[in-house]
Amino acid sequence: MTVSVPVIAVSESLDQRTRPSPEVSVQDPGQLIPVVRSTAVARCNPLTKIGVALILMFGTLLSIDLVSAGVVLLASLLALPATGLDLAAAARRLWFLPAGALLAAWGTALLAEKTGDVVVEFGPLLFTTGSLSAAAAIFVRALALAIPLIVLASTIDPRDLADALVQHLRLPEVVVVSVLAASRLLGLLVSEWQVLSMARRARGVAGGSLVRRTNSLFSGVFVLLVVSIRRATTLAMAMEGRSFGRPGRTWRRRSTFGFRDLVVVVSAVSVCVFAIGAAHLFGVWNPIIG
Amino acid sequence: MALPITACGYSWTHADRDEPAVGPLDLQIAAGERVLLLGASGAGKSTFLHAVAGVLPEESGEPAGELLVGGEAPDPRRGSTGLVLQDPDSQVIFSRIGDDVAFGMENLGLPAEVVEARIPSSLRALGLDLPPEHPSAALSGGQKQRLALAGIHAMAPDVIVLDEPTANIDPASATEVRDAVLTVQAETTATMLVVEHRVELWIDHVDQVIVLGRDGIVAQGPPGQLFTDPELTDTLIDCGIWMPQDSPAPRRGGLSAPPPPRSAAHQVGPLSGSPIEGGRSGRLGEVLLRTDQLSAARPRMRTPAASDLSLSLRSGQALGLVGANGAGKSTTALTLAGLLPEFSGQVLAEAALREGAKRTRPFAWPSKQLAARIGMVFQEPAHQFLTSSVAAELELGPRLAGWSAAEAQARVAELLGGLGLTRLAHAHPQSLSGGEKRRLSVAAMLAPRPRVLIVDEPTFGQDALTWAGLVEMFRDALDYGSAVVAVSHDHSFLEAIGADLLELGDRSSAERVADCQPDDRVSAGDRSE
Amino acid sequence: MPKTTTPKTTSARAFTSAPKSKQWRVVDYVTTAVLGIAVGLVFWVLALSWKVLELAFQAFPPSIGLIAGLWVLAGPLAAAIIRKPGAALLCELIAAIVEAVLGSHFGATVLLSGLLQGLGAELVFAAFGYRRFTLWVTAASGMLAAAFMAVSENIMYNAEWQFGFQAIYAVCAIVSGLVISGIGAWFAYRAIAATGALSSFASGRLR
Repeated sequence: MTVSVPVIAVSESLDQRTRPSPEVSVQDPGQLIPVVRSTAVARCNPLTKIGVALILMFGTLLSIDLVSAGVVLLASLLALPATGLDLAAAARRLWFLPAGALLAAWGTALLAEKTGDVVVEFGPLLFTTGSLSAAAAIFVRALALAIPLIVLASTIDPRDLADALVQHLRLPEVVVVSVLAASRLLGLLVSEWQVLSMARRARGVAGGSLVRRTNSLFSGVFVLLVVSIRRATTLAMAMEGRSFGRPGRTWRRRSTFGFRDLVVVVSAVSVCVFAIGAAHLFGVWNPIIG
Repeated sequence: MALPITACGYSWTHADRDEPAVGPLDLQIAAGERVLLLGASGAGKSTFLHAVAGVLPEESGEPAGELLVGGEAPDPRRGSTGLVLQDPDSQVIFSRIGDDVAFGMENLGLPAEVVEARIPSSLRALGLDLPPEHPSAALSGGQKQRLALAGIHAMAPDVIVLDEPTANIDPASATEVRDAVLTVQAETTATMLVVEHRVELWIDHVDQVIVLGRDGIVAQGPPGQLFTDPELTDTLIDCGIWMPQDSPAPRRGGLSAPPPPRSAAHQVGPLSGSPIEGGRSGRLGEVLLRTDQLSAARPRMRTPAASDLSLSLRSGQALGLVGANGAGKSTTALTLAGLLPEFSGQVLAEAALREGAKRTRPFAWPSKQLAARIGMVFQEPAHQFLTSSVAAELELGPRLAGWSAAEAQARVAELLGGLGLTRLAHAHPQSLSGGEKRRLSVAAMLAPRPRVLIVDEPTFGQDALTWAGLVEMFRDALDYGSAVVAVSHDHSFLEAIGADLLELGDRSSAERVADCQPDDRVSAGDRSE
Repeated sequence: MPKTTTPKTTSARAFTSAPKSKQWRVVDYVTTAVLGIAVGLVFWVLALSWKVLELAFQAFPPSIGLIAGLWVLAGPLAAAIIRKPGAALLCELIAAIVEAVLGSHFGATVLLSGLLQGLGAELVFAAFGYRRFTLWVTAASGMLAAAFMAVSENIMYNAEWQFGFQAIYAVCAIVSGLVISGIGAWFAYRAIAATGALSSFASGRLR
């Protein structure tokens, strides 16, 4: 039987303010960031978008320095309006990224080689200019790695992606379509997770000590897994029931590339080249291997 | 071109079991015939349907004997069968309705132009006048079922197989889905095989009824003959079949034989004029829960799903929340249950319900206090099971409420007996059948004797035996002095527990779309802001 | 049914046997994908709710390895349930994609991580020819996946750390991979099997 719960989102702050037992709240990921305008970038082939995300990833990944990461991050932020996404919604979805990046930076500041002058020395804590600049680089780099992918992924229609993967990359149809159909269940699982949280509160096992909360959380995870496997089995049956798996499948839509795809890829490559070049120019290039 | 179905000593045995899940069966269904398949829970109706559709997973069991569709072993890849399942959410394949309709045709390898041409005509034939780009997530349960049917319509199959297609949707939509099925059948002239508890919905539209038992076919014949045969009445009732209203036997002579468990006290079916009606007012006690100008909404919604409710709920009172899809019934129920914060106004627990809890708003109670006072039964039973055995599930509530071990044990034994689940006490709750899960979920919430019990569509898709068992459990709770709030489309259920009805607001559909109602499950939380 | 005559040692229990065929069925693909999605979602939820816990580990960041083993859960779990060649790899990859798309500060690099971790989990089952699905094979799979993760994380994110810290991180991660994603995945699978949800799979045999 179905749960009649909308795909809704509970903001963390609201949740903690009003709920007596701050259960885990879930922002709806099924919804990602809505596209509000149809732009050239949004209309690009999904493979182009993935390619761009990968190109930008390599521009950032290869070195840990402030300059190359900074260039990529800046370019990504400047290009944000061109994606046609709802910018306010994007900000709402991405707010926690700096928090995660800050954690990564903290680890680096603590553990990096202590070169340069001592800035802070407090008990076991020792920050030097060397470790702090490494931390700053890690912070910017984390953001530069994350933002392009989330943004580009939000503009991809899963069905277009399947068309492209099968028609251009010749990936096996059964795999692509199965994964695509399963991906639709993500939003459903999110709303189910919210029901599960409420159900645990109704049964009396929410809240309490950390051990009890952890227990309760894992019993929720367990039910989610069981329910999702059952759904998967049913979905597979429904798909087979409509002749899925028969050789000679046709695709009603053609996946195409246009001039705009070329422009977008060339721009991404230029950003990368510029980022790496600038890092070399400033003498901060700091490759992760070697 | 319709195809005949023949089974000859056919059975299918699950890899873990010694007894076959279905059969051995011998039957013949002529090409183009419309057949209603009935049977007790566990008789293997679904297994048989899946076998006909050819979708029983290899590796999970062993077939024996012979099953032929049009003279060949069933293979869904031939494209001659179309299958519709029970759960609307689990059979939507793509996120746009046009793609979903096209799915089967693409699998069959039809040229793109044919696919494009058939999408709008199939959507229209099934009454879905929506653009192909419409998101499938925004459809209601009934619409999703019709979408699945549109996909099958477009494939033009020779055999249509339907596994409880209306069990998970409300009665009004069920009729629409039934009509949609008949449309597809009429246009394709396919052989049709449908499993459904609700006989009434189909009885006038099928040529033959087959009743399955655990050892094969129990009865077979045209509906007119089958349901008027007094010899068969007891058998059919024992199978949990919802007997048609006008069948003469079951109401009168049928029960001279020992009645099926727990359906003895009251007849299956609508219960107008039951003794409850008169006795009810005498039973009402003190006020437990009160609302003052309550508006209810899902978190982060800007407009309430239901507004301005002022009511008081008394001990021993049953209250039915009714209204159209999207009137905010479930949201209101969750708010009354202290699981969602009030949008505006308040839910207030009176002293009799508070019993030592400091706060007056149930939403402010810690989980443990809440569970002992207000029980909430969700639509999907599987969501609220927390332990790994039926007995532990029943014991959890009383234990959390601080009952002594002996009291809790006694309560568990009593409930297990009442549920008829004693032999399954150590089974995993998630492994039970649908009806058993449903009864267990209600019993687990009733176990600590909460003063208020709130339930969301408890009778959806249940057979008559489970239905009767549920009615009995709710009546017990009412007799004990608990109050029951039931969200339900099932008016005979509400009548059976003697519920006062509260109709939730009927707002314009435009408004409903704007604040994205739960039942529509529009993933537009952000867009609405 | 040929399997009824196998000797009754613990390793030859019906629920440890391989499926009849290594050929993938539709239900295998869909379930692998849904498992990946569910695990990815759970990771994301845990990451949100464990922010405080993570802060505690930040006092000595290499100790985060002690819970990092959890992130390779998808591979061993999928292999134990689906039992087809490539299941661990596919599932881990999908979980990584889900996590990346939901938003993690690792961005597109989680795809690389997912690929490597899935490969680590996969190699162990491949080494046994996809014929042995037992507690210890699954445990080894969790361990190798965590080892792959530790090495790749040290290169990609912890490159600035001193070598000693990288080594401590790797040891912590491997131990937690063995315990959480190896042994833990096996018992999670057994618990799921007890619910009857795996009746379409060879792994769903209860006896």
